[in-house]
Amino acid sequence: MVDLVTVSEAQIWAWLEGVPDPEIPVISVVDLGVIRAVDVGSSDDVKITITPTYSGCPAMSIIALDIRTALAKRGIENLTLETKIAPPWTTDWLSAKGRAQLEDYGIAPPRAAGGPAHCPQCKSRQVEKISRFGSTPCKAQWRCTSCLEPFDYFKCI
Amino acid sequence: MTPLFEFLLRQGDNALVLGHRTSEWCGVAPALEEDIALANTALDLIGQTQLWLGYAAEVEGAGRSANDLAYLRDVYDFRNVLMLEVPNADFGRTLMRQFLFDAFQVPWLTALQGSDDQQVADIAAKSLKEAQYHLDRSSETVIMLGDGTDESHARMKAALDYLFPYAGEMFADDAIDTAIRESGVAPLPSTVRTQWNETLRRVMNEAYLTIPDTTFNHSGGRTGFRHTEYLGHMLATMQTLQRSYPGATW
Ligand SMILES: [Zn+2]
Repeated sequence: MVDLVTVSEAQIWAWLEGVPDPEIPVISVVDLGVIRAVDVGSSDDVKITITPTYSGCPAMSIIALDIRTALAKRGIENLTLETKIAPPWTTDWLSAKGRAQLEDYGIAPPRAAGGPAHCPQCKSRQVEKISRFGSTPCKAQWRCTSCLEPFDYFKCI
Repeated sequence: MTPLFEFLLRQGDNALVLGHRTSEWCGVAPALEEDIALANTALDLIGQTQLWLGYAAEVEGAGRSANDLAYLRDVYDFRNVLMLEVPNADFGRTLMRQFLFDAFQVPWLTALQGSDDQQVADIAAKSLKEAQYHLDRSSETVIMLGDGTDESHARMKAALDYLFPYAGEMFADDAIDTAIRESGVAPLPSTVRTQWNETLRRVMNEAYLTIPDTTFNHSGGRTGFRHTEYLGHMLATMQTLQRSYPGATW
């Protein structure tokens, strides 16, 4: 049988870097850590394994659709998307680049200590929690007591 | 119905019924932050429901989906504990119920992570992270309100007195639980009662609330034998769209 592979897994990963998270568009789905595997088969059939951040995250169906759309534009027609919940997603899978992009955007990145290191706006360490939950399942609300700005904190799980 | 299917319905229906009840606060909670917190908690629970009922549907093998199980079953087919279907009443009772359930879920899901059934173990591991976060918040809020004003304390006391006789059903082992234990899927629910008692004692102590001195337990939800009058009303709201427009999708 003739080997028909014309696309590499590295190429697919690079294309996925261009797919933004629908709720926090400054980071890509790759930097969010939801892409767990990319496998290219013997006839350019591509299988992508994704994992949900939170079990009820409504963005997951949009992410799947955005991945399909982005790869279809690159000519990938035979695409299988598989959802795997194990091992469960953790904020440890956010890339260093993703963390920096969150901070630049005004969202404090997650920390094992359980709260933001400093205000993403003015960098003051004088911050306090408003609520354990925020505008999306992955965020909590905090406030800076120096510049008085409220800000989102990416929950650490 | 096989014991595994029954077990999965119990898991899924607990998450679904509490998830729906919690979602009833959307837009009417006492503060915007609490509104968002409740909606996000509900969302986590509905997500967990999809996992449990999705697997239940697969195990049943009758061509039904998670949505069919959620929207097209009647009251007596539900297997949730009664505590989760009673009305929200006030914010205090809503958070007290969330706490009593979270304090059970954390040790229970921790135990299920060791299930011989890989899918059960995987769903438990995913749900556990969310349950831990919920428990942090519900304990914190129960303590804040119990140790708050005279009004908030009185409401939390009333909530605990009302809900406590419902809590025991979470630990009421029956023949299905025994069959499930024998197949290696889960331990008996009664085995996590000690941990639940400890969490309850610690949090109630900090909240200045007295644990009611009663051994009476309402029951009938997890067997489907006798639900409260409230579940039918809840399902009427929750299922109306699928009942009126069968098969409707987004
Ligand atoms: Zn600041």
